[in-house]
Amino acid sequence: MIRIIVQTAPIDLLAEITQAETAGERGAGAVATFTGLVRADDGVETLELEHYPGATEAALTKVATGAVERWGLSAVTIVHRVGPMHPGERIVFVAAASAHRAASLEACAYLIDRLKTDAPFWKRETRGTQASWVEARDADKDAAARWTS
Amino acid sequence: MTVTMVYFAWVRERIGTGEERVDPPASVTTIAELVDWLALSSPGHAAAFADPARLRAALDQAFVPIDTPIAGAREIALFPPVTGG
Repeated sequence: MIRIIVQTAPIDLLAEITQAETAGERGAGAVATFTGLVRADDGVETLELEHYPGATEAALTKVATGAVERWGLSAVTIVHRVGPMHPGERIVFVAAASAHRAASLEACAYLIDRLKTDAPFWKRETRGTQASWVEARDADKDAAARWTS
Repeated sequence: MTVTMVYFAWVRERIGTGEERVDPPASVTTIAELVDWLALSSPGHAAAFADPARLRAALDQAFVPIDTPIAGAREIALFPPVTGG
């Protein structure tokens, strides 16, 4: 079962993990999760996330479907926040559920690596009165590319 | 051929709108050519499209290379490289 959510509301970890544990016909034997938090890099006060409604959800669904096919998962959850948020808040949550740990751990890493390069989101940081768009990182591209072989 | 353009992040900010309908001439056949043509329409467009190497594109909501033909497109998006997660 694939669950893709793009929301402005805070991410409810317990509800999402419980959902991933119990989704699918037989449930899971293992659930691996990743949570990304807003960092206070160099005095960042606000991080604002923009997305491409429709296209973002479609791209996330494609990433999730790829993981289900590759690792035979019972559930994948991707929750991504958009709009303004502050340091310490959860920005993204992914969960991969499978029968055994290896598949869920690998799939979890795959999901966050691919999400970073394949889904249309853009970050804007504000420090005081200064706002700037975050530049894409080559390291993220390299991390996503390691899954293509 | 009229097509809906959608813009995100600093592309949207420089142009001053997130969406517009445009009607390119028949000589414009690819997204790259559309970008060159749109760059002539205002100083904001010119600023947004000054460095095409920094642009990414989507055609009808799917990521595509910038040299993709635009024939039959309903919606074309232009934006910087993505930075989610």
